[in-house]
Amino acid sequence: MKKQIILPISDEQIKGLNAGDIVSISGVIYTARDAAHKRMDVTLETGGELPFDVRNQGIYYLGPTPARPGRIIGSAGPTSSYRMDKYTPMLLDRGLKVMIGKGRRGQNVIESMKKNCAVYFAATGGAAALLSNSIKNCEVIAYGDLGTEAIRRLTLDHMDAIVAIDCYGVDQYEKGQDEYLSSL
Amino acid sequence: MKNITGEEITYAVSNAFKRANVDIPASIEEKICNNIMIESGDTPKAILKQIADNYELARKDRLPLCQDCGMAIVFAEVGQEVYIKGDFENAVQEGIRKAYTEYYLRKSVVKDPIFDRSNTEDNTPGIIYTRLIPGDQLKITVAAKGFGSENCSNVRMFLPADTIDDIKEYIVETVKQAGPNTCPPVIVGVGIGGTMDKAAVMAKQATIRDISIRNSDIRYEKLENEILQMINRTGIGPGGFGGRTTALAVNIEQYATHIASVPVAVNLCCHVSRHAAVIL
Repeated sequence: MKKQIILPISDEQIKGLNAGDIVSISGVIYTARDAAHKRMDVTLETGGELPFDVRNQGIYYLGPTPARPGRIIGSAGPTSSYRMDKYTPMLLDRGLKVMIGKGRRGQNVIESMKKNCAVYFAATGGAAALLSNSIKNCEVIAYGDLGTEAIRRLTLDHMDAIVAIDCYGVDQYEKGQDEYLSSL
Repeated sequence: MKNITGEEITYAVSNAFKRANVDIPASIEEKICNNIMIESGDTPKAILKQIADNYELARKDRLPLCQDCGMAIVFAEVGQEVYIKGDFENAVQEGIRKAYTEYYLRKSVVKDPIFDRSNTEDNTPGIIYTRLIPGDQLKITVAAKGFGSENCSNVRMFLPADTIDDIKEYIVETVKQAGPNTCPPVIVGVGIGGTMDKAAVMAKQATIRDISIRNSDIRYEKLENEILQMINRTGIGPGGFGGRTTALAVNIEQYATHIASVPVAVNLCCHVSRHAAVIL
């Protein structure tokens, strides 16, 4: 049974999610990947303000293909999240609650997620055409010069994902593999 | 003597990249679909089903299979009796430019790795490997290589004193280290022998060899099968959430090497292995 998530979500709801839960995500989320994270980091270090208020919001690690005429967005699947690990704790400390990506996270991120009550979802890497059908709105809101790496505000409609790491620090990549191996 | 123009090369390269980005090779699709039945857990089954649905949707709606349309790699085998009218490398780069700008593919190339990471806006330059062969044909094989898996690739120079088990363990360990980050199930391209660079290029070529084709040397075929079994016993599974299907194939390419060394390169490729070939 899929758990329905409507963004933004409360700490109470985040606490109700456990690693391995299959979810369906709807609502508003922002895209950012390597270059946007680096720029946000420099902005904060030099005393500037982030291009959007990350409090209670989510980031989807995504750089889509260009939208063909008549489409909202091009193919849009998750990129590897660990490349953002260096920047993630400072965003979690500022109130970021949700991340969507794929692959492992560093211990620094997991500790910060526990401290700040945040959740990390994984979408299926390489299922980008399929995942793009769950995006109902897309608007570039900052860093337009970065092209595919610009920050976009997306509206999701029932996008399938898995709770990869929950707010208790349980990592489904480790747990799932251990469970599979012990089932043999 | 056969004449081939730069325009013909540009068109062929462009068309091949367009096809490669939307049409998954049949052997990969078949393997993914078969493994939905082989997996026992709900999560690995659901992930493989999503992957299979994505293949179908991309083909039907002509959408890129993955948002990372990769760095463009071209292997050209040029017949010695072919006369190319125009600048060959420019014609290939123009084909890449045309494909990525006209077919709504993502441009993922930056101008300089360190000092200028601004996007070139047309996915050029691609990487071109050219080999002269007998005959009057020009064979062009293109690959759109995603970097989630490229980042997890590795090269190690083994010594003649190292054992075959050391090499097997290294290859399996490379896949384990990568874990979920490569978008498993993966195709494991391995180059053994030559020099460091030769091994790496062979590993890349191995990732685009059809997964239904085994190494023609029975000793290497056995090695491919053994390593595949070892990888599929790691439990990484689809998406990295546990399961049987971690790799779809281990493809090895080998070459003679120096008395002092056993170079081994492992180039990982996600399940969306995009490649296409054309003969002019």
